[in-house]
Amino acid sequence: MMFMTPQTALMIGIVAPLVTALLTPFLGVRANWRDVAGPIGAVITFVAALHVAGDVMQGGSPEWVLATLAPGIDLSFRVTELGAVFGLVASGLWILAGIYSVGYMRGNHEKHQTRFAAFYAVAVHAAMAVAWSGNLLVLFVFYEVLTFSTFPLVTHKDSKAARDAGRLYMSILVGTSVVLLLPAVIYVWVMTGRLDFVSGGILKDAVSSEVVPWLLAAFAFGIGKAALMPFHRWLPAAMVAPTPVSALLHAVAVVKAGVFTMLTVVVYVFGIDFLSASGGGTWLVWLTSFTILASSFVAITKDDLKARLAYSTISQLSYVVLGAALATSIAAQGAALHIVMHAAGKITLFFCAGAIYVACHLTKISDLDGQGPQMKWVFGAFFIGALSIIGIPPTGGSWSKFYLMVGAADAGMVFVLAVLSLSSLLNIYYLLDPVARAFFKPKTRQVEVEWHPLTVWPPVITAGISIGLFFYAGPFLDLASAMVTR
Amino acid sequence: MTGPLAILADSWNYLVVICLMMGGLFIVISQQNLVKKLVGLAIFQTSVFLFYISVGKVAGGTAPILMKATDVAYSNPLPHVLILTAIVVGVATTALGLALVLRINAAFGSIEDDEILAMKAAASVPRARRDASSSEGAQ
Amino acid sequence: MTLSQIIANLPGLVVAIPLLLAPVVALVPLSSLAWVLAVVGTGLSLICAVLIQGSVTGGASYSYFLGNWPPPWGIEFVVDAASALTVVIMSGLAFIATLFARQGLLAEIAEKDAGMAYAAWLLACGGLSGLVMTGDAFNLFVFLEISALSSVILIALGSGTDRRALVAGYNYLLIGAVGATFYVIGVGFIYAVTGSLNMADLAGRIPDVPQTTAVMVGFGFMMAGILVKAAIFPVHIWLPAAYSFAPSAVSALLAAIATKASLYVLARIMFTVFSGTPDVTAIAVEFVLIPLALGGIFVGTILAIYENDIKKLLAFSSVAQIGYIALAFGVASTAGVAAGFVHIGNHAVIKGGMFLAVGGFAIALGRRIDLDSMVGLGRRMPITTIGFLICGLSLIGLPLTAGFISKLYLVRALIEADMIFIMGLVLFSSALSVAYLWKIVEVLWHKPTVSTPVPETPGLYLPLWMLAIGNIWLGVAPAPLIEAAGRAAMQLVGGM
Repeated sequence: MMFMTPQTALMIGIVAPLVTALLTPFLGVRANWRDVAGPIGAVITFVAALHVAGDVMQGGSPEWVLATLAPGIDLSFRVTELGAVFGLVASGLWILAGIYSVGYMRGNHEKHQTRFAAFYAVAVHAAMAVAWSGNLLVLFVFYEVLTFSTFPLVTHKDSKAARDAGRLYMSILVGTSVVLLLPAVIYVWVMTGRLDFVSGGILKDAVSSEVVPWLLAAFAFGIGKAALMPFHRWLPAAMVAPTPVSALLHAVAVVKAGVFTMLTVVVYVFGIDFLSASGGGTWLVWLTSFTILASSFVAITKDDLKARLAYSTISQLSYVVLGAALATSIAAQGAALHIVMHAAGKITLFFCAGAIYVACHLTKISDLDGQGPQMKWVFGAFFIGALSIIGIPPTGGSWSKFYLMVGAADAGMVFVLAVLSLSSLLNIYYLLDPVARAFFKPKTRQVEVEWHPLTVWPPVITAGISIGLFFYAGPFLDLASAMVTR
Repeated sequence: MTGPLAILADSWNYLVVICLMMGGLFIVISQQNLVKKLVGLAIFQTSVFLFYISVGKVAGGTAPILMKATDVAYSNPLPHVLILTAIVVGVATTALGLALVLRINAAFGSIEDDEILAMKAAASVPRARRDASSSEGAQ
Repeated sequence: MTLSQIIANLPGLVVAIPLLLAPVVALVPLSSLAWVLAVVGTGLSLICAVLIQGSVTGGASYSYFLGNWPPPWGIEFVVDAASALTVVIMSGLAFIATLFARQGLLAEIAEKDAGMAYAAWLLACGGLSGLVMTGDAFNLFVFLEISALSSVILIALGSGTDRRALVAGYNYLLIGAVGATFYVIGVGFIYAVTGSLNMADLAGRIPDVPQTTAVMVGFGFMMAGILVKAAIFPVHIWLPAAYSFAPSAVSALLAAIATKASLYVLARIMFTVFSGTPDVTAIAVEFVLIPLALGGIFVGTILAIYENDIKKLLAFSSVAQIGYIALAFGVASTAGVAAGFVHIGNHAVIKGGMFLAVGGFAIALGRRIDLDSMVGLGRRMPITTIGFLICGLSLIGLPLTAGFISKLYLVRALIEADMIFIMGLVLFSSALSVAYLWKIVEVLWHKPTVSTPVPETPGLYLPLWMLAIGNIWLGVAPAPLIEAAGRAAMQLVGGM
């Protein structure tokens, strides 16, 4: 890899998904070429992301300036520690999701596969650009691009339900970002005269601590992608999309872009010390605690597997926002880790849900009774993924939950510990329930199982990654601690 | 000498201007007939012409042609020149308006605003049926 | 004439070329030759405008005396950052719309009218440029009427496809004439008080005369007249019908440049002519301009949401967008006026492009375009549709497009001026505006009832794509426009 400087790696990581997207329509007539292009683009992006992350770990911060958006504000990319983490997650899981989506779309005989593949790659491009954005305005720009590029994916089925879901999706995500996030960004710009990301924050001397809760609220609610209640409705609605979309975008890229933005704002704009000193984050701790528990309860009531996973995602996203709101360095590290751990776990669960759908067209949990022995690998992977979300060793999820708990204790908010424990119990109930039904209940429905191999191996691999992250969490721990100490 | 009567005596020309102005504007707004609206517009514009001329006129002043005598008061020529321009513009406006009224009459068979308004709905049909509907309008 | 003479006369030429070519074009029997002359006219005037813009980048400003009569007696053309920028935007858009008019106009009007139509077209372009360049309050009225009368002719030409165009033209004539007359009344009052018609001269004299009601009344009448011409709510009523029944090419031309000139005049009168009476303008801004702008924003947006006819929908959207520009001027700070100029440029590019696209649809399909006829156009006419989509996304302010830059600067100006509540309203309306665009976007890729591809001709989609690319360019690298707008605002508002 010596031929690649960190800066060219950065450029490649941003451009490769876009090139993939632009090439896809031209390869549309040759389905095999088109379907290979996605994973190849993903591998290139991931290698670039690895390279960038390696440089960031050694203290570098690669930068690429494209154009000037406004006096003093460039259209530029610069990788922060947190950005390196998110870039790795998004590009790494894109490889598997890209392979998986080929299997899913073919196994399901979906229409418009070319359009799907193209917008899929555009969405990843936007996610990479969000991860590596050089300042808050660029982050906002690609945050919006991500919303718009995922709209055709959400409404892929072209049915009335898909259209209604698409409307809800757009109105919440665009509405919150335009009405709250944009003015918050501009307010920071007016007050500080800058928007770049600095360890320790840029707001310390610029705004008084009375403003902090309000500004934090504008960010927290404005970042609709973080699915904080009451702006969470778009996420279950988006589940009408094909499962690869739910898996990569609505478990990894889009929602993680949301919590990534939130964490970035807290760490690099507010500054953890300033936020905790001002006490402006306390209300957010309560709200995220409420969201964690409330969405867990809603998840229990859902019989549709993807809907249950969606509410589980809402709950897990609030873990990350909670970590940010606690405003201690340990909690922020836990939040950063949770971006990684939850991504690996939740993408496994969605892969499994899609694999089950392709194999036997079941979507309801109550229909899964006794189906386990027929689909051992899939349900095995689901089990591991569920363990990681719950936070039971030896899975990666246990690390982030541990850090979050320590962080909560550090902040002196003991009730958060109770919330996290209760949430884990609820997780056990509603995530292990499908697995238990599948293996231990008598079969209620006879279904014909028809495999598509490309839908089975990706979840098994991501389940393996979830376990691997328990033993090899080192690099991510290093990046997370560099984020708060540097 | 003050009081309402004095004002009337001193500035009756402005009162005429105001009456014409309001009358013209009222006709433009209240009349349904498109030609009458144009008449109202012409009256409205004429009131402005009078206003400019009144402003430019100096009491006892004469036409601004240079004379040997030194104690002659001249009226301000500039407003007159401006109004010459404005009159030309007004004529053009009225002419174009009347031309449009002719075309409207040919197309709709009416020059009453409310009748045309009622007919508009009938006109918003696809192109194929539009010719039929315009001949209906002409009846 | 030597080169230096030409350069010295640029401010006059930018207006005179289209005006002088108009009668020639009117006499040309061949429609294609008439079009070539129109392209030459608007093209030359664009070149002049660009050269003028180049000459003021250093922050310089100079005057051009018509017929070499020095002001305050003669008529003066003012060349500064503000007028140069506006003239560049307008002549650029006029040029692109003229390119479209080759096929766009001929498809919707009778061949024999073409010469006259291009003549009116050139008159409108010249008149609107004159409106911006002139530094004389009464001369402004003349240009106002030249552009208005020729616009009326252009609008009424739409009667070839829809007879309601005649009524739309008539109403515009009537309302426009009343507006212009109001303006003249205002000028009369100010002239009676100050004895001058030159704008720069007036700016110096108005603070020195006794601040009687006459000044207030004059200001009020002038503003009222300009508000009508700029189609600011609630005197926008002529605009939706005029834009939607005019031929497609004319809609694009008018939407891109007509109200922009009047908005510029609004800024000029408020910030230059009446700069000496800040309390009068402050009242006008606070109690008239800002409330009306907000009214226009919401009324235009909401009417657009419920409108199914695409041209009318775009016209209502224009009412709302004009509201944003007026609001930006209403902030009355340097940042606010700069935001207004940024949006004048961006909105011209956006709305011009959208009307060109709708014109392309209408001509290809041979019918008025409503929501139903948009179904599946993404598959049938992909090139035009994607151009339309780019401009549309720019309209709602998607980042990396021109519209986002406008929104960014408007919000920034509002925050700097501490108008947080108004900023909330603006952002809310901006989110609402997504609704009316999105209902179009939704159906573009639906399965159409007739799915045969429609042939697309470069003559119709190339001008559109020039504007679509312009939208992206202005969104990614907006620095030149922003700097020019900033200079314009500095010259108009100064250090206020």
